[in-house]
Amino acid sequence: MTEVQQAVVARFDLRLERRRRLGQILAVILFLATVFGLLVLTALLVEVIREGTPWLDWQFLTSYPSRKPEAAGIKSAIVGSFWLMVLTAMFAVPVGVGAAIYLEEYAPRGWFLRLIQLNIANLAGIPSVIYGILGLGLFVRFFALGRSLLAGALTMSLLVLPIIVISTQEALRAVPQGIRESAYALGATRWQVVSSHLLPIAAPGILTGIILALSRAVGETAPLVMIGALTFVAFLPANLLDPFTVLPIQIFNWTARPQEDFRALAAAAIIVLMVFLFLMNLSAILLRNYYERHRPH
Amino acid sequence: MREGTGERVRWHRQGFPDLTPEANLSRGPRERLIQVLLGLCALVTVCTTLGIAAILIGESVAFFRQVSLAEFLGDTRWTPQFAEQHFGIWPLLAGTLMITVIAALVAIPIGLAAAIYISQYAPDRVRRWLKPSLELLAGVPTVVYGYFALTFVTPLLQRVLPQMQVYNALSAGIVVGIMIIPMVASLSEDALRAVPRSLAEGAYALGATKYEVVLRVVVPAALSGIMASFILALSRAIGETMIVTLAAGATPRLTLNPLESIQTMTAYIVQVSLGDTPQGTVVYQSLFAVGLVLFILTLGMNLLANRIILRFKETY
Repeated sequence: MTEVQQAVVARFDLRLERRRRLGQILAVILFLATVFGLLVLTALLVEVIREGTPWLDWQFLTSYPSRKPEAAGIKSAIVGSFWLMVLTAMFAVPVGVGAAIYLEEYAPRGWFLRLIQLNIANLAGIPSVIYGILGLGLFVRFFALGRSLLAGALTMSLLVLPIIVISTQEALRAVPQGIRESAYALGATRWQVVSSHLLPIAAPGILTGIILALSRAVGETAPLVMIGALTFVAFLPANLLDPFTVLPIQIFNWTARPQEDFRALAAAAIIVLMVFLFLMNLSAILLRNYYERHRPH
Repeated sequence: MREGTGERVRWHRQGFPDLTPEANLSRGPRERLIQVLLGLCALVTVCTTLGIAAILIGESVAFFRQVSLAEFLGDTRWTPQFAEQHFGIWPLLAGTLMITVIAALVAIPIGLAAAIYISQYAPDRVRRWLKPSLELLAGVPTVVYGYFALTFVTPLLQRVLPQMQVYNALSAGIVVGIMIIPMVASLSEDALRAVPRSLAEGAYALGATKYEVVLRVVVPAALSGIMASFILALSRAIGETMIVTLAAGATPRLTLNPLESIQTMTAYIVQVSLGDTPQGTVVYQSLFAVGLVLFILTLGMNLLANRIILRFKETY
């Protein structure tokens, strides 16, 4: 080799070995970082199950809260969470789906629509505790609903509304344009197109969004603390204006106490809440699969 | 398609034979009523924002009648419960900032690494399994994370750092960081996926190895989306309430020591609402003033992230 060739080889040393090894190390680091979250989730579940299982029995599920840990239960919290979810769905689903239909199918394109979209994106990012302040000022004080189930459900409805609107819009956007055009070509009105074609086709996506929104509502604590959901409710709400408690509030209250036994009760209540949320997410997945197999078109 | 129905109606007016008896249905009263009702639904979202702004500003005005803006922004003590009341926002802001910085140190590297792994490295089979698992992490209620921070992370850290207080910023911040990992990961992954394949293929053709392509071509190309994901996740960390209420304490103070008990803005809001503070007092109104600061801060960050996404969209 001439001197020049040697110089060239030295200059263009690809160091391929070293670069490949660096790449392998990086891949391992990236993988470890990815599974870190799963490890934490596992640790969380193991800790909660270890602490809570001894307290989880029929008596716990069917008793009211008590000052004595061994007598305490989550009956009123389960019933409160159930009603809160049903009421929130009743308010938020029609309004959220309706708003999405308007924005996607009716609203004239322009700056006003862009403004509303930006507003919805921002609403989705507002901290939940701020929604609690809104509920406190608007429903509890201004409409004088007090610290009631109704005030809680209305607050939660506003909180989950952006989630339902955004997922419904995405589901409607995914419907092929040809479906709209052929329906219009056959003389269908706008509402006929929406109700008999777009909604059935978009249903799986909309349903998934609704279930995700409702599981958010079931797990939220801060807004309900703000509007004053009680932590010690030894009765079941009989009407919409009764005070109430929910599972997350009960968990918060028991976790905040210094006694070990109450912390364990909190863990038991967490198991119930997580099982419930898991079932909801599972039903979302199953529903989506079912609809994908039985598409109306 | 939107012009379609109007077109049909015009034809009808021009005297073309009316083939369908309901040719005017799209202008009929029922159709109009439906359109108005749906429009009202959309209006609810606008009213929500206006309602939040009205309540926060209304009560804050009452607060600033009694506490001057100069004291609010100038004083370094926040002692509403003491006989000698001070309303300087800085201790609460500092508490929030400390939690956010710790959360960022946890969530940004791990979330970004997960996004890179899932979008660039993971085989399809692994990806189909990994993504739902991360979504599971995002679905855990915050009060459960709070329980985890207080009863698991704090005792664990106390073994290494015995001088750490039971309520402290470090474990709360770490758990807030874990909470926002899925958000960083999924938004960053979307940004990484949006990078055209041709960019990566061009780099491979020049002889780059995989990690060089990923770190020097794909990640820089997706940087705007990645930055937006960081900002959105940190705005979530600023607004996070239950974890810091349960695990970070209720001691508003200006400190740089993450092992001490602190108080964030959100935790203060919860503390006031839990107590029996009578309506109309300055302490009650301070809740709304702190809420206003929190609202402005998170709104600003969300708008910034939105701007970044819009401005740098498709500029490869």
